Amino acid sequence: MTGLALLVLVLGAAIFGPFLAPYDPQAFHPTVRLQGPSAAHWLGTDQFGRDLLSRLLNGAPSTIFFGLGATLLGVGAGSVIGVIAGTAGGWIDSIIMRILDGLLAVPELLFTLLIVTILGGGMGQAMLAVAIAFTPGMARIARSSVLSIRTREYVLAAVARGEPSHYIVLREVLPNAAGPIIVESTIRVAFAIMIGATLGFLGLGAQPPSTEWGLMVAEARQFMFRNAWTVAVPGVAIAMAAMGFNLFGDALRDSLDPRRSH
Amino acid sequence: MTLGYLVRRLLAVILVLVVVTFAVFAITMILPGNAAVMILGEYGTDEAVAALERRLGLDRPWYIQYFDWFGGVVVGDFGQSLRLSQPVADVVGDAFWNSASLAVTALMSVTIIAIPLGVLAAIKRGTGSDLIIGIFSYIGASMPEFVTATLLLVFLAGPALGLLPAGGFIALNESIGGFASHVVLPAATLGLILTAHISRQVRSEMSEVLASDYIRAARLKGLRERRVIRRHALPNSLAPAVAVISLDMGYLLGGIIVVEEIFAWPGLGRLLILALENRDLPVIQAITLLLAAVYALSNLLSDIVIAMLDPRVRYA
Repeated sequence: MTGLALLVLVLGAAIFGPFLAPYDPQAFHPTVRLQGPSAAHWLGTDQFGRDLLSRLLNGAPSTIFFGLGATLLGVGAGSVIGVIAGTAGGWIDSIIMRILDGLLAVPELLFTLLIVTILGGGMGQAMLAVAIAFTPGMARIARSSVLSIRTREYVLAAVARGEPSHYIVLREVLPNAAGPIIVESTIRVAFAIMIGATLGFLGLGAQPPSTEWGLMVAEARQFMFRNAWTVAVPGVAIAMAAMGFNLFGDALRDSLDPRRSH
Repeated sequence: MTLGYLVRRLLAVILVLVVVTFAVFAITMILPGNAAVMILGEYGTDEAVAALERRLGLDRPWYIQYFDWFGGVVVGDFGQSLRLSQPVADVVGDAFWNSASLAVTALMSVTIIAIPLGVLAAIKRGTGSDLIIGIFSYIGASMPEFVTATLLLVFLAGPALGLLPAGGFIALNESIGGFASHVVLPAATLGLILTAHISRQVRSEMSEVLASDYIRAARLKGLRERRVIRRHALPNSLAPAVAVISLDMGYLLGGIIVVEEIFAWPGLGRLLILALENRDLPVIQAITLLLAAVYALSNLLSDIVIAMLDPRVRYA
């Protein structure tokens, strides 16, 4: 329940945030620099006197939809590869698995950094990089999910009926293999939001004047000792967004797998 | 655990690393910005670039370059750093030990903290302490390293308290106290996310074990609760914890890049970011391969430990 509530809040901020911002997120107000929370500025102001709440709300879509977009792309590509490996079997499966094992040996953040360096910094490039880095892990999960289903009676029955293989994959295997893939993707969104913000922080993702939350932390770092709110506000927001997806993903897993919800 | 199993696993690790060398080499081949151009700068003449390419061997076909590089790697020669004009092995070697001292400190503290936390949460299931540990573990698992690091800096290294240095590094053999004061914040940053994962995993395994028949039997036999937990429950929930620690090595090796950059820790992560900025290909290749090797070997090590902890795996 907590997860769902947090998720609704986070998605709400992502969709409606920019319209709810009380001030112009880019407007300088030199007289109110680095202030703590007040009635006029609920979360305080940054080094240029910009309203932190407005910047936070304005940056919500780029932070949250980054996570959703990167995960969707990664899950899509990973599922296709995993389903191919799982249904084809034999040497095709072996080759794909060896390549995946190799790619999975490179830590995801490092993999992402390498790809971002190839593609160049920026929001779209960073999203693509995270998606590529997610693909091997998702492919492995999709494959094992397909393997566990391939030998079930209803699949064997479809094979015995002489159904074409695309029918078997799309109508029998995939719907039943989807559970673990969906659970894993939900938790991956949390991770993607965290990596996206990290790239923004390192200057490899969103670029100024974006109000993406990782970039907000990076820009305020110089002033963090004078007003901790400038880094705490976007930092805590990133954690809350990731936590919403983490909690929701875990709840989803428990409800799909009765063994885990003692 | 038979010798055959060990040899098979070791061969699998080697195969994985060979695949990684291909991937690493491919990535560095398609990186924009030719190394010769990087060295000479934008104003190098075409002739100068061509001459340098010839000298660096960049004009040869990719597979010759690959085998040339691979042959060097096998004997520990990673080439010359393009930016630092030193052998890559020297540059990366120093950084490796600095990173290792940070990673080991983080990993040891995590193990000491996370396992008891998980056990406590499982024993006190459904009580206030379970809830607090649970909330803490979700917060830990949802904070990117740069957020944890920044918040720790604000609260513990800021002018208000000024308890700890905000960054930098003192080698362990120079001053133990200096090393300790500099390692606290980066290790705590790395530790938070790992503690969250591992304690949650231990809790879930431990709860499952505590609900099992053999624990009920041990209790019915009249054993004291302390002995039930220590002798019967804990050993059986440790194997999955080791598996999680080894998977979390991936997070640790990724997180360390960001953490070293923030705390100015002169390790592999900081060196990697510098190398990426300067397109220092030999250094990028060496670090990626090294981190992948550490990850693959730690997975192998954890499989061996799990086999030692759990006889069912050993005889399977």
